[in-house]
Amino acid sequence: MTGEDTRHLPLEDLHQAAGARFGAFAGWSMPLTYPPGVMKEHLHTREHAGLFDISHMKLFEVGGPGAAALLNRACPLDAGALEISQSKYTFFLNEAAGIIDDLIVTRLGEDRFMVVANAGNAIEDEKHLRALATDFDARIEPLDRVFLAIQGPDAWAALARAGIETGSLLFMHGIEPRQNWFMSRSGYTGEDGFEIGLPEKDARDLIAKLLEDERVQWIGLAARDSLRLEAGLCLHGQDLTPEIDPASAGLMWAIPKEIRAGRFIGADALRSILERGPSQKRVGLKPDGRQPVRAGAALVDAGGNPAGHVTSGGFGPSTGHPVAMGYVDTALAKAGTKLFADVRGTKIPVDVTSLPFTPHRYRKG
Amino acid sequence: MAKTYFTEDHEWLRVEGGVATVGITDYAQEQLGDLVFVELPEIGRKLAKGDTAVVVESVKAASDVYAPVDGEITEANGSLSADPSLVNSAATGDGWLWKMKLSNESQLDSLMDEAAYRAHIG
Repeated sequence: MTGEDTRHLPLEDLHQAAGARFGAFAGWSMPLTYPPGVMKEHLHTREHAGLFDISHMKLFEVGGPGAAALLNRACPLDAGALEISQSKYTFFLNEAAGIIDDLIVTRLGEDRFMVVANAGNAIEDEKHLRALATDFDARIEPLDRVFLAIQGPDAWAALARAGIETGSLLFMHGIEPRQNWFMSRSGYTGEDGFEIGLPEKDARDLIAKLLEDERVQWIGLAARDSLRLEAGLCLHGQDLTPEIDPASAGLMWAIPKEIRAGRFIGADALRSILERGPSQKRVGLKPDGRQPVRAGAALVDAGGNPAGHVTSGGFGPSTGHPVAMGYVDTALAKAGTKLFADVRGTKIPVDVTSLPFTPHRYRKG
Repeated sequence: MAKTYFTEDHEWLRVEGGVATVGITDYAQEQLGDLVFVELPEIGRKLAKGDTAVVVESVKAASDVYAPVDGEITEANGSLSADPSLVNSAATGDGWLWKMKLSNESQLDSLMDEAAYRAHIG
């Protein structure tokens, strides 16, 4: 299952000791589940607090007098308009407005930004940013950090008990609470929670304290996926790709209106997509019954005509039914539209539905 | 006089009177994780060894369960429609998947007994 080039988490020993089952993801050997199993792990996160090792993801610090201008070129973003500590969900786009990666950019200081990128795209992202940076007075520093997420309604209290106060930090804000730490109130579960990048030694100390608290449990990648799918959040490589633009993906909320006439890479292509309207749109899909409908399944309308395809699908432990998302022809994207998914030759009825499946519970103020 | 056999694909067969009850092993259910759906076979379907008989779906993935020998489906475990997690909680008992009438009992000779299977999974 894991080849020679597979990368290993710095804290792999802790996961082994916790009884994790490992699997390959984006070139990394990752804990998929722990002994409680994906169902219990998922529910525990929604009820208490889940601890995730997401060190496969990459943190870059972008700094220098031209840092904001570089980011404004690479992303459909007004980096200079961010307040210090404010985070923004954004993208690297290609010239065709396809999504190279989805990212979170946080303004750390006057001319310093933190960029959090997906594991599978980190190398391409760095290359892309470095190539662009030759035109700007900016430096790009990939950081060597352990990256943890702690997610769920008890996350803040568990951190407080471990000596980390989060009181004034609101959703989509990030700070540097200690030297070489980066902590944001954000996540990939739809719950209140935090993501913390920190040196390995500090991470081991923090984890030991957190796991003394019975509200905190290790959660594997399998539950991370079911949590984000219920929350309607996209996985790059499945729901977002370099062939999919933000308008089709229903992510235009991430691009401020004032900059849509701007000069970020892909701006021209995105404008023309917006003018004629995207031909397909990302939607939630609720299959009838209990059989999951998974990524790759074709969708057809009531007449059997091609309607789109599923990009993510599985079972929602909190919803208690299968959940999926995918792309359908714009005319079929209205909630309530009845479609059929082809699962091994069987046509499973699916309802187009709004996202998320489980309400977000972010701490916004 | 039932005798139990095992396959390299982590299935078990309990054979009695020319009919095999088939399920997946405890090891297999642990690897798959929490099951949420079992696609059961049609009664009367004829299967050759290696054909997909059943699809078991966990939260994360769908996995095929193959016919370990040739035969005809005589029964499917209907209680799995309401409670697929029986496969997790009782893989070698109430979580059985299907019964099949064997058409070539000599194929059983190539399967493992419990001791050999235990050695196989290490």
